[in-house]
Amino acid sequence: MKNQLLNEMPSENLWTDICDIQDIPPNTGVCAQLNNQQIAIFYLHPEKKLKSIDNFDPIAKASVLSRGIVAEIDGKRVVASPLYKQHFCLDSGRCLQDDEIQVATYQVRMKDNKVQALVIEEEQ
Amino acid sequence: MKKYKVIIIGNGMVGHRIIQHLSEFDNKNIEIITFSEEEKLAYDRVQLSSYFSGKSADDLSLTSSDEYQRLGINYHLSQKVINIDRSRKMVFTNTGQSYQYDKLVIATGSTPFVPPIPLESDEHIHVYRTLKDLDAIKTSSEASKSGVVIGGGLLGLEAANALKQLNLSTHVVEFSTRLMPVQLDKNGGKLLRKKIEELGVVVHTGKNTKKIVSGNQQRYRLIFADGDCLETDTIVFSTGIRPQDELARLANLEIGERGGIVINDYCQTSDEDIYAIGECALWQGKIFGLVAPGYKMAMTAATHCNQSLLAAASQTDKLNLPFTGADMSTKLKLLGVDVASIGDAHAEQNNSLSYSYNDESSGVYKKIVISADRKKLLGAVLVGDTEDYGSWLQFYINQMELPQPPEQLLLPIDTDSANQNTGSSLTNLPETAQICSCNDVSKRNIVDCIQQGAQDIASLKDQCNAGTGCGGCTQLVSQILDDELSKLGVEINNHICAHFSFSRAELFDIISVKKIRTFDALISEYGQGLGCEICKPAVASILASLWNEPVLDKNHIGLQDTNDAFLANMQKDGTYSVVPRVPGGEITPEKLIVIGQVARDFSLYTKITGGQRIDLFGAQLHQLPIIWKRLINAGFETGHAYGKALRTVKSCVGTSWCRFGVQDSTTMAILLEKRYRGIRSPHKIKMAVSGCTRECAEAQSKDFGVIATEKGWNLYVGGNGGMRPRHADLFATDLSDETLISYIDRIMIFYIRTAEKLQRTSVWLEGLEGGLDYLKQVIIEDKLSINQDMEKQMNYLVSSYQCEWKSTIENPEKLKRFNHFINSKEADPQVIFVEERQQIRPATWEEKTPV
Repeated sequence: MKNQLLNEMPSENLWTDICDIQDIPPNTGVCAQLNNQQIAIFYLHPEKKLKSIDNFDPIAKASVLSRGIVAEIDGKRVVASPLYKQHFCLDSGRCLQDDEIQVATYQVRMKDNKVQALVIEEEQ
Repeated sequence: MKKYKVIIIGNGMVGHRIIQHLSEFDNKNIEIITFSEEEKLAYDRVQLSSYFSGKSADDLSLTSSDEYQRLGINYHLSQKVINIDRSRKMVFTNTGQSYQYDKLVIATGSTPFVPPIPLESDEHIHVYRTLKDLDAIKTSSEASKSGVVIGGGLLGLEAANALKQLNLSTHVVEFSTRLMPVQLDKNGGKLLRKKIEELGVVVHTGKNTKKIVSGNQQRYRLIFADGDCLETDTIVFSTGIRPQDELARLANLEIGERGGIVINDYCQTSDEDIYAIGECALWQGKIFGLVAPGYKMAMTAATHCNQSLLAAASQTDKLNLPFTGADMSTKLKLLGVDVASIGDAHAEQNNSLSYSYNDESSGVYKKIVISADRKKLLGAVLVGDTEDYGSWLQFYINQMELPQPPEQLLLPIDTDSANQNTGSSLTNLPETAQICSCNDVSKRNIVDCIQQGAQDIASLKDQCNAGTGCGGCTQLVSQILDDELSKLGVEINNHICAHFSFSRAELFDIISVKKIRTFDALISEYGQGLGCEICKPAVASILASLWNEPVLDKNHIGLQDTNDAFLANMQKDGTYSVVPRVPGGEITPEKLIVIGQVARDFSLYTKITGGQRIDLFGAQLHQLPIIWKRLINAGFETGHAYGKALRTVKSCVGTSWCRFGVQDSTTMAILLEKRYRGIRSPHKIKMAVSGCTRECAEAQSKDFGVIATEKGWNLYVGGNGGMRPRHADLFATDLSDETLISYIDRIMIFYIRTAEKLQRTSVWLEGLEGGLDYLKQVIIEDKLSINQDMEKQMNYLVSSYQCEWKSTIENPEKLKRFNHFINSKEADPQVIFVEERQQIRPATWEEKTPV
């Protein structure tokens, strides 16, 4: 639901710098703190695209997804949980092994060598 | 070429089966013609009673007119063959038509036998065999309140089930003193009766029905020989079957004294162009009243028929297997009660011994009949719980030696060890073992189908038909599937994953020969897609085994598995454990103190490992470099507990201290551990060195085990503990230090080059073609002339070793990753510990969640 709100052009000042793009080696992830949330940001190669999902692995119940291996399953870009290896889609946050499980996704981008994430206003 | 005509009379289960076989031969020169006196094509008679529990005639159908048309079968329903002219090779039907044949198959099955009991009317008296019979029973039931089945055998109880489902008050009348007298013994019959009566079916045994007259309260009255009587509205006879052999009699084929068309081992009747199969056939004086033997006959007759027609074309792709009788063991659910019988259930053979187990409280009865030498299973009875049927049947059919003492088969031992028993007996099953007796499917057939890609239970059943009859073998089939799949993962379908159509060994060769240095270079030329968590770590390991570049280098970091990625072992809460190397398990008090101090300062949980070192748990990402800095300053180096690499070389104190030691095992262990540390391999490697034959270091359970002798060292390979324990094989004896090391060098490189991903040396050695002898030829005799090359590679790996933690803490760029957050110095707020026995442990989810 949050993501739908963001389809409208977000205001430029809601984008927060996270780190330099060089801080994320190709096809790896990092965890960033964003408004007390833990988000996992992945830098996909060869696409040179950034993707972000929640860092919390709902199956293992630990904040570890940024530390998983970035993989490709049937054309989908996913991360394999480092604990029990379930795949989470980097576009939808869906768990490929369990339809019922989905993690949140976040908006991230690259701007002038900086990795930026969109700050989510807590809904009142 | 001439088109041969094969006519099959009867389209029951067996008649249909032979059509399937004949059309599988894929022969355009055979035309198949079939006749059925019923209105429907073949259906499943075994499941007949499910017609009243919701299944339709279509559900029971084994085929369809579409399928027959597609196969080009010329079929005639509601048409009965009434005569065979053997001299002109023609059949005549009740509709006045005649057909020519080259080969004729009689599959007319049997008819229910109804004893000649005087009765006044038979409108509501039925038999139980066809869908038509069932329809008639149903019609009767609508005008009835009660029903009696005469005959308490297998089919009679099925019929009783049908009556019960039609909501009739149901009785079973049996001539013998117990139910299912053929399959069950006295106690089994007694328990079955009790269970069936609990379901509301009234059982009358020892009753010989003399007369059926009109009843007073109900439609009929059965009068028994002992003077008793029983009133009912509907009667179903299930008092045995008689082979339907009139056609054969008319045609003057040889008929048994008590009926049945006499056949030879190829199912040929006394006319070599006429076959008889199924319940109408008499083989060695026996009629087989179950579907499985009928299916076997169908296979034999189809093959024989095909081959004799096409002998000129020499179509000998299938072996002509004679019919050699069939096992009559059976397992079923009758009225919801599990019943099974194997072989000689009545202990009729001389000197046989019986054991039985009777649990009246839970209603389970089991009996085994074993040979006088207590080694073989001759028969068994199971009522109430037939879980054991599958494995017992294998003992029986394959004449496998029983576990000793044999009575343990009966005892309700704990599930874990019971499973293990079944598991090991399954693995030991010969390939010829018949798993599905209904469809005569052997273990070999099942394994073949799995290897050809049927890798889930549904497609496996579809492919090999196993488990599609009575379903009794389903559990066994799925165990074989599991077994095979786990083998396949490492041995047969060895493509590493969807991204590479190569095995690990093949990838190793490619990377080595083409001198490929990165995953991207490899996948762009030899793979497809972008890689996954299977191929990336496997390739990372190969690259490391060959070129030994640090695993955290930019090109390799994204390939590393969970633990390698941060050079520590991730635990369930996302924290890590740290294991410094303690070569040979030898450690100074100063170093022990440092480990203690580090653990205390960072509040780490400490535990002694099985490999003679100390594991420190609960370290968070940002702590790892600081912890390691202190450890390295104290002279420690990384222990590679996180890597698929050498873990430890366990040792005893040997000649230095032990009064029994014959060699200096600790020094050797330290030498080996320092030589092979850090070398990436297909899986982890464990070693041990024992100073004498007392083997205190347990070397024979390691990948490489070294045991001191008076003259030198004995080398063992391929041992394993853990999930799949294996005793190591003795590879060479009385070796000098130098020879020992050169052998280990070579074996290790050979393993690294040829093993599949995540394959331990034990499985690798077992799968190595030629086994231990071959390995000796390669390593000792240099059969492949690769020893020089392998030693060179080992020397390169040994000389290019560096402590990964040391090079990491010296590199600020690499250290950036060792923070929970890339944009904050905070630790993961979700990591919470609680105290237990004066140390920390991760809080459970419940402990973390505020109430």
